[in-house]
Amino acid sequence: MIEVNRQGEVWVFAEAEGGKLSDVPLELLSKGRELADELAVSLGAVLLGGEKIASLTGDLIARGADKVYVVSDAKLDHYQTAPYSHVICNLIEARKPQIVMYGATPIGRDLAPTVASAAKCGLTADCTDLQIGDHKPPGSDTVHKNLLFQIRPAFGGNIIATIVNYDRWPQMATVREGVMVMPEADESRTGEIVDCEAGLDDVELPLEIIESVRREKKVNLKSARIIVSGGAGVGSKDNFKLIGELARCLGAEVGGSRAAVDLGYVAHDHQVGQTGTTVRPALYIACGISGAVQHCAGMQEAGKILAINTDPDAPIFQAAHMGIVGDMNIVIPKLIKAIRGGASVAQGAAGQGLNHG
Amino acid sequence: MGYNCVVCIKQVPDTKRITGEAMQEDGTVNRAALPAIFNPEDLNALEEALAIRDEHGGTVTAIAMGLPAACEVLRDALCRGADRAILITDRRAAASDTLATSYILSCAIGKLEADIVLCGRQAIDGDTAQVGPQLAEKLSVPVITYLEKLDALDGETITVERNVGNGFEIVRAKLPVLVTVMDTANTPRPPAARRIMKFKKARSRAEIEKVAQDLLMGDYEDYTAELQAGEVEKHCAQLEEKGLLIEQWDLDYLEADLQWCGRGGSPTKVHRIQSVVLKGGEYKEYAPDDSGVNELVASLIKDHTIG
Repeated sequence: MIEVNRQGEVWVFAEAEGGKLSDVPLELLSKGRELADELAVSLGAVLLGGEKIASLTGDLIARGADKVYVVSDAKLDHYQTAPYSHVICNLIEARKPQIVMYGATPIGRDLAPTVASAAKCGLTADCTDLQIGDHKPPGSDTVHKNLLFQIRPAFGGNIIATIVNYDRWPQMATVREGVMVMPEADESRTGEIVDCEAGLDDVELPLEIIESVRREKKVNLKSARIIVSGGAGVGSKDNFKLIGELARCLGAEVGGSRAAVDLGYVAHDHQVGQTGTTVRPALYIACGISGAVQHCAGMQEAGKILAINTDPDAPIFQAAHMGIVGDMNIVIPKLIKAIRGGASVAQGAAGQGLNHG
Repeated sequence: MGYNCVVCIKQVPDTKRITGEAMQEDGTVNRAALPAIFNPEDLNALEEALAIRDEHGGTVTAIAMGLPAACEVLRDALCRGADRAILITDRRAAASDTLATSYILSCAIGKLEADIVLCGRQAIDGDTAQVGPQLAEKLSVPVITYLEKLDALDGETITVERNVGNGFEIVRAKLPVLVTVMDTANTPRPPAARRIMKFKKARSRAEIEKVAQDLLMGDYEDYTAELQAGEVEKHCAQLEEKGLLIEQWDLDYLEADLQWCGRGGSPTKVHRIQSVVLKGGEYKEYAPDDSGVNELVASLIKDHTIG
């Protein structure tokens, strides 16, 4: 725990794996930049890894960091909780940042709580937004100014909670992947590189890593232009094939609601929503999805939302821009036919005959 | 050789069943309107512990922190095979965030000489996944998150396959350790019929006190506080003799430092709770027939959304 420190920097944990920066820290730099500017402090990226890690500093600066704290040590080559949290706690003690952000990735969700426990500070998991604001505790006259508002869904996504910590710093949060927009790299930006001691000579690594296998992600919902998603209303794994067919003919990715994943219609990698991936495609087609809050909150930033559902009262229609009340088993084949008809359909519609194609 | 496994379990509102009725007008959740359940991934943690005991021997102790109502999940744990159940309950622990919760749990586990502490990866009410790693830090034991498969236990070390999202890792650590267990790790066994018959009668002291209190509230003649206290003692002693007393620990028993417990020990404070408002925009409905579908596709092609 460090004292409240108004001059403290804003930090982003620059998660890097296999010598490559993950997407989330880069996304976090855009939000970090915004917060640091509002607080008139520097934005620091904290980069831990093995020998080659220093090559990644340029990208962090180009995407908004003023400083990169580089800690390079053989014991940091492969992520494990103890040495990483040890190094970060020492950095926090020494440099007293006011805000530390981590991606809500498997690594971030393992590291950040360990750091919070050792530093005896607060931590809010899976934030979907961060803002600066003032807080007055109930029953107190003190107003704590310029705190980090840590905004996250709770209760399965049915409410949004704003969390603050005003007495024990740093203010820490993990942030969901995909909710912040990745900043463009600006190669003309300059920044400071600060080499730091790891101080791990006396630290024994508690885990022996026997095997480590990384798979390339097959599903890329985050950068998909079009997503076709199915929910419980699809009715069966067999029916779900239709979702795939429609996706193929649009060059789209396949998504699913939590219900569809729970029912085994589609793998978890495809889950859209607060407990899955947050997406912002140009077009989102929701088939047989009722529109639970936790799902809609993960796709409401889509440019256009088309809902297909048999129930005209399904909440999904309130989130949608376009809707078809009907059975997807009938509607999707028609859609596929119309899309394959392509230009002739467009012409037909522009002309007189809507039934063309 | 056997292993002493301690499983941390939590009673949670069933957030998957939230309906309009459970949402209050100010956007908060009416917990009372939701069924309380055994946190799903804690069932996987319990199953993993029971499987370890089945194969290697040892004990399985379930601990739950919460209101006396949390005894429901402890009874369930006993019915599924746990050897011992402990309720940690204390008004001064109310409103604990994950940091305070992990501190209190660490005080309890410190009394148990655990070889392996097991937690579900995360609880469905908060979805934070923080208590496991924080508890390990407080206990100064290695943490292995996201256990998907237990590969080996050889007396001194544990070898585990963990799911790291975009792949997996096989890691080995010296005991004692703390692991957090994924729902994909196993299929929890159901409660055993014979154990249900026995353990449905298991009670904690707080539950017995509540019953005695209710009796007192009724028009029971000659029922004094003294008599009530005596009844409670008698009943607790009877249950203990039958192995049906759910142990109950408070913060004094845990010798917990109160500055790290409850609201005061929790650095995170709620600033505001809002209900989720979904942005609606312009909406157009198309007929579910050929002409409707064609019109829709034509408009999407026209504005270059598709095609």
